Amino acid sequence: MSQSGTAETAGTPAAPPQPKGFAALGLDMRLVGMIAALFVIWIAFAAFTDGRFLTPRNIFNLTIQTVSVAIMATGMVFVIVTRHIDLSVGSLLAVCSAAMAMLQTQFLPDLLGLGSPFIWIITIICGLIVGTAIGAFQGWMVGYLTIPAFIVTLGGLLVWRNVAWYMTSGQTIGPLDPTFSIFGGINGTLGETVSWIIGIVLTIGAIALLAQSRRAKASHGFPVKPMGAEIGLGVIFAGSILAFIWVLNAYTIPERRLERMFEARGEVLPEGLVMGYGLPGSVLLLIVIAIVMTVVARRTRLGRYIFATGGNPDAAELSGIDTRMLTVKVFAIMGALCAISAVVASARLTNHSNDIGTLDELRVIAAAVIGGTALAGGIGTIYGAILGALIMQSLQSGMAMVGVDAPFQNIVVGSVLVLAVWVDIIYRRRAGL
Amino acid sequence: MNTGTPLVEMNNMSIAFGGVQAVDDVSVNLYPGEVVGLLGHNGAGKSTLIKILSGAYKADSGEIKVNGTPVTINSPRDARANNIETIYQTLALADNLDAASNLFLGREITNAFGMVNDDAMEAETRKIMARLNPNFKKFGSPVSALSGGQRQSVAIARAVYFNAKILIMDEPTAALGVHETQMVAELIEELKKQGIGIFLISHDIQDVFKLCDRVSVMKNGQLVGTERVEDVTEDDVLGMIILGKQPQRAA
Repeated sequence: MSQSGTAETAGTPAAPPQPKGFAALGLDMRLVGMIAALFVIWIAFAAFTDGRFLTPRNIFNLTIQTVSVAIMATGMVFVIVTRHIDLSVGSLLAVCSAAMAMLQTQFLPDLLGLGSPFIWIITIICGLIVGTAIGAFQGWMVGYLTIPAFIVTLGGLLVWRNVAWYMTSGQTIGPLDPTFSIFGGINGTLGETVSWIIGIVLTIGAIALLAQSRRAKASHGFPVKPMGAEIGLGVIFAGSILAFIWVLNAYTIPERRLERMFEARGEVLPEGLVMGYGLPGSVLLLIVIAIVMTVVARRTRLGRYIFATGGNPDAAELSGIDTRMLTVKVFAIMGALCAISAVVASARLTNHSNDIGTLDELRVIAAAVIGGTALAGGIGTIYGAILGALIMQSLQSGMAMVGVDAPFQNIVVGSVLVLAVWVDIIYRRRAGL
Repeated sequence: MNTGTPLVEMNNMSIAFGGVQAVDDVSVNLYPGEVVGLLGHNGAGKSTLIKILSGAYKADSGEIKVNGTPVTINSPRDARANNIETIYQTLALADNLDAASNLFLGREITNAFGMVNDDAMEAETRKIMARLNPNFKKFGSPVSALSGGQRQSVAIARAVYFNAKILIMDEPTAALGVHETQMVAELIEELKKQGIGIFLISHDIQDVFKLCDRVSVMKNGQLVGTERVEDVTEDDVLGMIILGKQPQRAA
């Protein structure tokens, strides 16, 4: 090859030297950088708050505050990867939340009777339908009517926010159905035992995946990482998952609350009993969504076409991919995720308020972009977007805890977004991506 | 002479873009094991004609026959279903994906659960690359990290892998060095032997004389004429391209 490097013109199969030490893990350096940034932020805030920032209680709160934005950020990855943008997610969340609030507090109790056990599930299904339909409609305008996504969703930002306002007459709607409220976080934790079981299942799953991937590669005769590196990775995964569960279990339910829980069941709180909250249901929901979205991105044709279209829309079309229908699907997924976020966000507050989800579009886009999604399209990861959401939320909560004035909080978050993208541009240039 | 049924017939094809008649009543055909060169200036309509065959454009009028049977080609999928594969001048690669993902784009190998099987696709890619370009080693990198020649071999591999009967090559050697151009020439010879018909679009007359059996020359959207290369000189063909005039027949 006249244009390629000397190693190839020599004609000998010059296998690259086996990387040693940390490099042997074969980790995405971007991911390592983000995790390092997250730890720096956490340690800095812990230092400023005498360690209060890293208590189990605060980490628990941090995770349940991140869920709503993180769920939407996974969908925003697909939207941005296909070179579009969705500015309407905050308003879409509001309209889904409003529809679900009205359903479960006014229409369904009239229909099924107050306290019917079907209210929560019918509500959520209807919410999902509303979100998916609105998303698909916006995607149709982008894909088939070829109106730029920026304009369609900028219009949507205004339209859906005010549809929500009209539906509820601007009132706060609540209290929501008790079963529905389980998805909010603190009202729906799984307890210590179940949390440990889930942690162990996730750990076994992660290790099985590592082993399976290695076997598949070896069976085709592809190069594999050294065994030590695979074991190292397995230890890191297992350690992170179990440590996370341990922290959430270490946040114990206050004694007064525990007493009330036992009273409600007609029992008396045994002396000296301590119970941890464990994994919140909303966080489990996020984990499931993250796994599903990652599988869609990496292992399905839909995901492959999303990334191909983002990398080169003309090439995708010439390969027989229906890019217009793909756009509809991507926005429909975004809409469905907005509906799920609406469940989590309104359940966490146990009511629907008129300003729910305000400015979420900016948080969601920032999370995806900080997480390494390139606005030029074609590049982005689900785990990156979730980490991005966690970094943003950590900054916001940390500054609130330190006592930074509200205007300065927003100034810092805005500046960090711009800075993160600049660092990313430099990284990509150096890495030659 | 060629006898029997042509592999492809494009009869009286026309297409217009906003009042410009890009292709005007053009008929060309292609026999098995034959290379037909399409020549003409930029804007003569040769790429447009060929994009009708590959499904990228839809003709306003005209008829396409494959093996004597009329077919409808409305999309790249239809073209592929008729074993028509295209190597575009732009290569049409998704730069962010690796070689295997590009090779199988739109036709992924999936497992029993409908999941994309990357390992199987990489194994197949390694096999065909070992034949086309044994120096190719960068299977894990996105194609943006490849050299021009390597990218070209991915595009060629994609067209060859799926048992094409009819191959369209749009300026296949435009971006290549001497060595790689030779490689493409050898590949074309090999494909001819397998009975594959090739439409070759090129600017380079010498290339065309070396590789093609017949040439069709277009000018301003119309077909000037089709000649067997042994019947004409390079000057004759230049005259067709530049002046649109028929070659003088020796008596």
